[in-house]
Amino acid sequence: MGWALALAAMLAVIAVVFVARPFLRDPSPASDRLDELAPEARERLALAEERDRALAALKELEFDHRTGKVSDEDYRAQVGPLRRRAAEVLRALERGEGARHERVPDPGERVP
Amino acid sequence: MAYLGRAALLLAFGLVAYALVAGSYAAWKRRRRLAHSAQNALLAAFPVTLVAAVLLLVALGRRDMTFVYVWQHTSHELPLGYALSAFWGGQEGSLLLWLLVLTGYAGLAVWLNRRSRELIAWTVPVFGLVACFFAFMLCFVSSPFNVQPAGSDGQGMVPSLQNPYMLAHPPLLYLGYVGLTVPFAFAMGALLSGRTDERWIVATRRWTLAAWTFLGVGQLIGAHWAYVEIGWGGYYAWDPVENAALMPWLAATAFLHSVMIQEKRGMLKVWNMVLVALAFNLSLFGTFLTRSGVIDSIHSFAKSSIGGWFLAFLSLMIVLSVALIRWRLPLLRTKTRLESLVSREATFLYNNLLLVALALTILWGVLYPILSDAVRGETRSVSKPYYDFFLHTFGLPLLLLMGLGPLVAWRKASLRSLGKTFVAPFAAAVATGGVLLTLGFGSSWPGLLAYTFSAFVGASIVLEFVRGRAAAGGVFRLIARNRRRYGGYVVHAAIVLLAIGIAGSSAYQTQRERVLTPGQSIEAAGYTLRYSGLTDVKGPNYTGFRALLAVSGHGERFNLSPGENNYPIEGQSNEASIYHDPHSLGDVFTTAQLIPKSNGKIDVKVFVKPLINLIWVAGFVFVAGALIAMWPDAVEQRRLAARYAAGAAPAGI
Repeated sequence: MGWALALAAMLAVIAVVFVARPFLRDPSPASDRLDELAPEARERLALAEERDRALAALKELEFDHRTGKVSDEDYRAQVGPLRRRAAEVLRALERGEGARHERVPDPGERVP
Repeated sequence: MAYLGRAALLLAFGLVAYALVAGSYAAWKRRRRLAHSAQNALLAAFPVTLVAAVLLLVALGRRDMTFVYVWQHTSHELPLGYALSAFWGGQEGSLLLWLLVLTGYAGLAVWLNRRSRELIAWTVPVFGLVACFFAFMLCFVSSPFNVQPAGSDGQGMVPSLQNPYMLAHPPLLYLGYVGLTVPFAFAMGALLSGRTDERWIVATRRWTLAAWTFLGVGQLIGAHWAYVEIGWGGYYAWDPVENAALMPWLAATAFLHSVMIQEKRGMLKVWNMVLVALAFNLSLFGTFLTRSGVIDSIHSFAKSSIGGWFLAFLSLMIVLSVALIRWRLPLLRTKTRLESLVSREATFLYNNLLLVALALTILWGVLYPILSDAVRGETRSVSKPYYDFFLHTFGLPLLLLMGLGPLVAWRKASLRSLGKTFVAPFAAAVATGGVLLTLGFGSSWPGLLAYTFSAFVGASIVLEFVRGRAAAGGVFRLIARNRRRYGGYVVHAAIVLLAIGIAGSSAYQTQRERVLTPGQSIEAAGYTLRYSGLTDVKGPNYTGFRALLAVSGHGERFNLSPGENNYPIEGQSNEASIYHDPHSLGDVFTTAQLIPKSNGKIDVKVFVKPLINLIWVAGFVFVAGALIAMWPDAVEQRRLAARYAAGAAPAGI
C-alpha cells in the first residue's frame, strides 16, 4: 500500500508538471492569444486547394487520355475549361501574394 | 497493485477531463497556453493509462485471484497466452483497452498535427470527451481493479475463446473501432473551429485508412476463428456482434470513397461529415452491443449493467454530431455540382448510396429485436434470409460498380469512350458467365452473378494496370505516382477474391450428416470418409476425444480427427477438423459428437466448401493493398506542406 501510494503520488506529480509546463516555461508571455487564420488567409487557402484540384484534374485528364479512357474528342472538350480554371486560380493567388508582400512569412503547418 | 491501478485510472480520468474542460475553454477564449496545457493533458493520459494496463496484465499473468476480474476470466490451469488475452475477454478489460488505444491514438494524432493550432485546439476537447466517458466508466462503474480475499481458483475462460485467433481478433477490432475516433474528432474539431477546408482530411487520411484496415482484418480473423472454433461449418452468421463490426466498416468504406470526391472536386463536404459521424457512432454502437448484453449472441460474453451508460453517451454523441453539422451547414455547402451521371464521381456516389443502404439495413436487422421487445414486449429476431436478401440486393451491384468505376473518367464520360474501355471486361464477364452456366453453376443465381461480376471486376483491374503501365513506363512507377489509386485497385482485387470465396463456399457447398459406428463411412461431394474409432487427447487444461476419419476422393487420401474437448472448469467445446485442398482451394470440414452410451457411435457432419480459402487469401491481398495506399508519398507531402505554409499566415501578423 505504501509503495503504491508513493508511486501514485509520483505519477500524479509528473503529470501535473507536464500539464502545467506551458505556464511554467512562459509565465508572462507578450501574447497569450491562440493563432487563428485571418479571413484573407482562409481565402488564400481555399484558392490553394482549388489550384491543387485544378492541376490534379489536368494531370488526371492527361493520364486518362494516354491510357485510352478519355477519347480525343472528350479530351479536347475538357482540357480547355480545366486549363482556364487553373489559370484563373493561379492569377487570383498571385494577386493575393502581391497584396501581402510585406507581411512576415509564417513558419507554416507541418503535414504529418 | 490494485490500489496503484485505481489511482492511475483516476489520474487518467482527471487528465482527460481537464483536456475536455480546459481545452474547450481555451479554444473558445483563444488562450494559447491553456490550449497547449490541455493538449499536454491528453498526451499524458496515454502513459498513465498504460500503467493501469500493465498492472492488469501483470495480475492476469500471475493469476492473482485477489483481483475479481482475474478470478472471473482465468484459472491457474489456463495457459499464459490465454490468461493475458483475458485482458480483452471481459467487460472491464475491454473498456481499459478502449481507453488505452484511444489515448494512444489521440496523443499521437494531436502531436503529429500540433502545428495546425487552430484545428487542434478544438480537436483536443473532442478526444477528451470520448476518453472522459471511458475513463469515467472504468473509475466509477466498471473497474478492473476491484479486489476480494484470495480463495478458490478462478472461473476460467470460455473454451471458444481459448484459440490463438482470439489473441489477435479482439485487439484488431478495437484498433479499428477506436481508430475511427480520430477522423471523427478532427471532423468535429474542424466544425467547431470553422476550418472546414481540407486540413482535417489531410490530417486524418491515413488514420482512417489504418482504422478501416484493422477493422477489416479483425473481422476476417474473427470469421476464421468462428470457422475453425465454433464448429457449425460457417464463418459469418449475421450475428449482431459480427454485424456491429461490419456496419462501421461499411460506413468507413463509403467515407474513404466519397472523401476523394471532396479532394478532387470540392464536393460532398456535408456528406463526408455525416459519414465520419456515422462510422464513429456505429463503432460506439458496436462496443455497446458487444458489452451491454442487450442482444443474445455468441459474442456477448459479459452481461452487464453498463448498457444504459453507453446508450446515454451514444445518444449524446449523435445529438452533438447532428447539431454541429447543422450549425456549420453554411460553411459546408459548395457550389460545385455533378457534371454528369456517367462519371467517376457519379459511380462513387452510387457506391456510397449502396454501402450506406447496406449498413442501414443491417442496422435495422440488429435493432429490430430490441425495438420489438421494447415496444411490443415480444422478441422477434431477424434471420439469415433477411440479411442474404439485402446482401444480394446491394452487395452484387456494389461488386459490379467496383469494376465500372475505374473505367469511367472523372467529370464526364462519353458513350463512345465507355464502349471502348468496357469491351474487354464485358467480354471476360460474358465468357465466364456462359462457361459457368454450361457447367451447371446456374443452380444458384446469386453465386453465378457473383462469379460473373468478379470476372468483370478482375478484368477491369488488369486492364487498368496494363494500360497504366504502358503510359507510366513500368508497374512500380505507375503505383508510385498514384499509390492511393493503385493500392485501392489491389484492395478491390481482395474483395473480388472474397466474393468468389463467399459465393463458392456458400452457394455451392455440400453438407452431409450421419451417425456412424466404427467401420462405417459417409460420402460427400466425391469424398468418402471412413470412421475407424476414437482416441483420447489431453491438453494443458482439458481432456477430450477425437474420431479418426480416413478420407479418400478426388485422387487424394488424408486423415481427419474431429472431436470434443472437456474443460474441468469451463465446460465442453466442439473441435472441428479441416482439410485444406491446395488444388481446389476448398476445404473438407468435419465435426463429430459422441452419442452417449453408444459404444463409440458418433454423429458426423461433413461440409465440402469449394474455394473457401480464397477468403483468407483475400485478407493478405487486402493488407497489401491498404499498405500501398497508406505508404507516404514524399511529393504529395511536400505539395501539401507548401499549401498550408502559404495559406496559413495567422491573424494579426
